[in-house]
Amino acid sequence: MGSTSAENAENNGTAGVGRRDLIKRSAALGLISVPTMSFLSACASGGGDDQEKAKSGEKTAKNPLGVNDSAGMEFVLFDGGFGKEYAEDAVKIYEKNFPKVKVKFSATQKIQSTLQPRFNQGNPPDLIDNSGAEQMDMGVLVGKNQLADLTELLDAPSYDDPNKKVRDTLRPGIVEMGQFDGDKVWILYYAYTVYGNWYSQKALDSLDAEYPKTWDEMLAVCAKAKKKGMAGWTYAGKYPYYIPFSMYPMIAKVGGAEVLDSIDNLEPNAWKHPAVKAVFEAYYELYKKGYILKGTPGLDHIQSQTAWAKGDALFLPNGSWVENESAKVIPADFQVTVSAPPGLDSSDKMPFGTIWASGGEPFVVPAKAKNGAGGMEQLRIMLSEASSKNFTSKVKSLTAYNGGTDGIELTPGLKAGVAALELAGDNVVNPRLQDWYVQLQKEKIGVAGLGEMMAGRLTPAEAIKKIQGFADEAAKDSSIKHYKHQ
Amino acid sequence: MQHGKYRFIVGFLAVPLGLYALFVVWPFIQSIYYSFTDWTGLSPDFKMVGFDNYSRMLDDDIFWKSLQHSVMFALLVPFVTLGLALFFAFMINVGGRRRKGGPAITGVRGSGFYKIVYFFPQVLSIAIVALLFAFAYNPDSGAINSLLRGVGLDGIQPLWLGDPNLALWCVMAVLVWSTVGFFVVLFSAGMASIPAELYEAALLDGASRFTTFFKVTLPLLWDTVQSGWVYMGILALGAESFAVVQIMTTGPGGPDYSTTVMVLYVYQKAFRDGQAAYATTIGVALLIVTLAFAAVVMRLGRRERLEY
Repeated sequence: MGSTSAENAENNGTAGVGRRDLIKRSAALGLISVPTMSFLSACASGGGDDQEKAKSGEKTAKNPLGVNDSAGMEFVLFDGGFGKEYAEDAVKIYEKNFPKVKVKFSATQKIQSTLQPRFNQGNPPDLIDNSGAEQMDMGVLVGKNQLADLTELLDAPSYDDPNKKVRDTLRPGIVEMGQFDGDKVWILYYAYTVYGNWYSQKALDSLDAEYPKTWDEMLAVCAKAKKKGMAGWTYAGKYPYYIPFSMYPMIAKVGGAEVLDSIDNLEPNAWKHPAVKAVFEAYYELYKKGYILKGTPGLDHIQSQTAWAKGDALFLPNGSWVENESAKVIPADFQVTVSAPPGLDSSDKMPFGTIWASGGEPFVVPAKAKNGAGGMEQLRIMLSEASSKNFTSKVKSLTAYNGGTDGIELTPGLKAGVAALELAGDNVVNPRLQDWYVQLQKEKIGVAGLGEMMAGRLTPAEAIKKIQGFADEAAKDSSIKHYKHQ
Repeated sequence: MQHGKYRFIVGFLAVPLGLYALFVVWPFIQSIYYSFTDWTGLSPDFKMVGFDNYSRMLDDDIFWKSLQHSVMFALLVPFVTLGLALFFAFMINVGGRRRKGGPAITGVRGSGFYKIVYFFPQVLSIAIVALLFAFAYNPDSGAINSLLRGVGLDGIQPLWLGDPNLALWCVMAVLVWSTVGFFVVLFSAGMASIPAELYEAALLDGASRFTTFFKVTLPLLWDTVQSGWVYMGILALGAESFAVVQIMTTGPGGPDYSTTVMVLYVYQKAFRDGQAAYATTIGVALLIVTLAFAAVVMRLGRRERLEY
């Protein structure tokens, strides 16, 4: 073996390096991967001192909030589906009105990673669009006194008409959505979303059918569609918390809005209300009769929207962003339409047209902002008719400003949304579970309750029992803050 | 020579140890400290709450589910991955039939090609792999169900990620697929360093390929396998399992909590629910699980070192 010993030594050497590297790598990985939290913890011990606030300026008719005309203003926007152009346009107006000011504007998708440390250090920006996947928990921000009360802004004269308060120019529900407990308003939702059953008017016409107003009609339309090889429904099976977009307003229609309120308030047995049971059974019927597109429980939101746009399924519970989000796959002659959910029969408590609509894109002004008045003034500018129109025409969505659709060309889905809101009138419901109790709504009610029921793995009775259990748990959980409808 | 020896050593070690203490040990201590507070992660004020987070964790069903899944990940994924990788590496390097004029010990035909193919997934980032498989598992138009339809199995159209009984297996399969290639290459390198005479001697004694593998290859490769096991287990407990579960699964973490893992739960508690202190508590539990895993593997795997 003598002749090969040198070679062996060499081999041994190379192998040794590989192993050593590997052990080093695994050790390093182990030490880094475990407490991924740690980097974050490091920030918490930072400062916490209030920064110096800008002096307030003189309050005039043109400047009702008393903005300091030379203090800087910082605005951080979530750079999502709505882009950043609308905000940049509004910033330009701010800079025109206060020529001495240069606004520090930035747009990011990483709201939480960029801003969480700044909240912890006590130097947040003056206006934030706290939205997207990295949204910071609003309940915690409010609970920890990190946000400024926007009442001053709401009571200020509106940008267009000095005789009208900002508050009176907003769509229904916007002000309430910004409240958590008590009268203070912490959040201003800028976009306005219409939820409901989305469908192609063209496909519905081709079935010789009208949009169903009762559940029996709904089942009849689905039966017709099935004969033509089209499924009645599909939904974001991987994120079943899309189902409530048309289910909750149906519960309100059948049993009255107070059923939803008691659900939001986490009252005992709120889910055992007969209206909830009736609506759950109605939806379960879709599964039992085979009206749900095959494979739906394994589809994510994009996949389900694509299947719907291809005409594989007729109805889709969704929000008004769907038209923009799936614009690339929706055929030109699709005629995107939204309608309020059908009811059960004439004993329903609310009329047909009862719909869920609420604010999106939550803007907040931090309590510790240097120039909070500036942040509010920026919002006041955005809530003017001109800025609102600019937003609607650029990103195909309504805003919190009530109106602002005259004289601009609306897309089919937007037009249908406006029509649905007109039909609804005052019958707009606004369930709050999804912003008050995120985990309960998405993971527990959505995935573990509704998702399982619509996949046929739970009966309606079992689903109700399970969801009531989750709600009771959340009501008892002292680690989450609890809210009540006012 | 003795004079100043320690100063010399300390001089070299101070900087790395300092960095290690600052960026690894200190955050560890901080995390443990925060697990005794009610810190939200969204404001600088918090207070001590003693063992509240820990008692809450012990009553938390979702925590126990995630722990159970994480332990399954740590045990099954390395076992399957390393087993497959050993098999592939053996076939590529040693398992081939003897060809005329070639060396006595060789891999199967086309082994060079296989080596590259196996390594391929390693080039893709885990996020991309997870996305690819999320598409493949799409029950409506995904590759797997389309293939099943294509061969006439229309009746078998599982929901894959939508089925609580299958979802966890689907996720594990992706992890195995994406990591096996790395270990094939690693073990190949290890096998290449085993002297060919040992194999030749075994062949002369009439050993089958099966015996050769268990009596020659595996014992000589044991160190590599063992560190591979720790490495893989930590991957399966940590970053990789988070990525696949977060990107691929229902919810994520579902359906009905069937795929939730500890790292995902840490993330959700810290960044979705604003309960950073509770998240660090779960992080501490994860630390204990990881340390226990490494200790067990090291302990079980202890063997006499073979010199060759």
